[in-house]
Amino acid sequence: MDLNDIRAWHTLVLMIAFIGIVFWAYSKRRKKGFDEAANLPFADDKEHKATINKENLS
Amino acid sequence: MESQTTYNYKVVRQFSIMTVVWGIVGMLVGVVIAAQLAFPDLVLWDGIPWLSYGRLRPLHTNAVIFAFGGSALFATSYYVVQRTCQARLFGGPLAAFTFWGWTVVILLAAITLPLGITSGKEYAELEWPIDLLIAVVWVVYAVVFFGTIMKRKAKHIYVANWFFGAFILTIAVLHIVNSAFVPVTLTKGYSFYPGAIDAMVQWWYGHNAVGFFLTTAFLGMMYYFIPKQAGRPVYSYRLSVVHFWALISTYMWAGPHHLHYTALPDWAQSMGMVFSLILLAPSWGGMINGIMTLSGAWHKLRTDPVLKFLIVSLSFYGMSTFEGPMMSIKTVNALSHYTDWTVGHVHSGALGWVAMVSIGSLYYLIPRLFGKIEMYSTKLVEVHFWTATIGVVLYIAAMWIAGVMQGLMWRAVNADGTLTYSFIESVERTYPFYYVRLLGGALFLTGMFFMAYNVWKTAAQGNVSDADDIIAAPAAH
Repeated sequence: MDLNDIRAWHTLVLMIAFIGIVFWAYSKRRKKGFDEAANLPFADDKEHKATINKENLS
Repeated sequence: MESQTTYNYKVVRQFSIMTVVWGIVGMLVGVVIAAQLAFPDLVLWDGIPWLSYGRLRPLHTNAVIFAFGGSALFATSYYVVQRTCQARLFGGPLAAFTFWGWTVVILLAAITLPLGITSGKEYAELEWPIDLLIAVVWVVYAVVFFGTIMKRKAKHIYVANWFFGAFILTIAVLHIVNSAFVPVTLTKGYSFYPGAIDAMVQWWYGHNAVGFFLTTAFLGMMYYFIPKQAGRPVYSYRLSVVHFWALISTYMWAGPHHLHYTALPDWAQSMGMVFSLILLAPSWGGMINGIMTLSGAWHKLRTDPVLKFLIVSLSFYGMSTFEGPMMSIKTVNALSHYTDWTVGHVHSGALGWVAMVSIGSLYYLIPRLFGKIEMYSTKLVEVHFWTATIGVVLYIAAMWIAGVMQGLMWRAVNADGTLTYSFIESVERTYPFYYVRLLGGALFLTGMFFMAYNVWKTAAQGNVSDADDIIAAPAAH
């Protein structure tokens, strides 16, 4: 097997890996975890409110 | 222990303020060189070597990409990684080291480039001693960023941090490989690579500077600040995962489109073109994901100028990531390459996307960094938005028309095979477009002055001690 065969297989491996990622990302099992992750920017809203309250008092 | 319980906002504040300062400096140099092209004989710069176009142009690109864009990325990545990991920045004084190190790099660039000290590699002009300093600062940046991710309280790593992380890793690799120099003197080194290989390494670096510095990292910004400003999570988190992997694995291969019809082997040119075309899919996937986050809350776009900045930046991102693949097609490139169309394309991305998403993110960030709810004047943010948008549109429309005109004039041949136009004729015909471009650039710069005033007033009214939020104890979750 020469280097160009490895290059050709490499393309195929990457294609399969990409399709694998799509299936993984859209699988039902991942939904809960992704929903949690998607809400991470809002997990610390309470602390932001603390800042705002402090501001209103002063 | 008290410092352990708050976020490190000091370094975020420093980088945020410097983003505005370097933005004004870099865009001012841009307006100066636009004026030089429009009025080449003006006595103001006539005969002064360090004000010559060839030296100021790399100063402009370095200042806007690495000083303005870089500072915006340091500021937002440090803020986002802390808030989504609910952890203080890792490494104590290391974060401060990245700020002062980066500042020294920028100052060295501002001194050496006008003196004509340059390696001549586009977007990598700085000579080898400065390159070494950049490498050190960047590795420390990676330690601080990934160290913070290791400290996180949440189970997941939020998607914005994936984008920021890919940007930090890739830029380290690109910078170190492309800056492999054989030093000759303190101010002169020669590239480690020969001929066409050097060109390919340079544009592998150059295009990924666009792909990872100016795209991936700013998408990290988009994935945090658009959901925050819109008050709802991203449209599809699943799409964002596919977006991430597709984008980073495709961008790496698009560089050869900068070398169409050169000594680079034909197969490499074709590969660059094909991968550039494929890039349309992940680019638009990400753009749609960002814009659709507003689904069900479109009315906010009417009243919120910060959201306008963020969403319009995505529209420009969509436009330039459609235009880019088109321009990478070899037959289109035969017309567009070396013309002002390329300049128009770059600024549609750099002003429309990179600058506007950074400005929008900073308008979200700055009040929070100074213990305020919103900017000193929302009205002025609105004025800035329209000034900037009109500026970009004038700029890119002028350069599109100028570029297509130049390409057509250069390729026109008479029946006997001679060229219809001399080069200088195409330059003469470009003048009106140079005036319009100068106006567009000046408008965009004016907007930055509005921003500087607004930021200054917000900071003056705010109170830093109100801003330093306490990190919630894990028990609270």
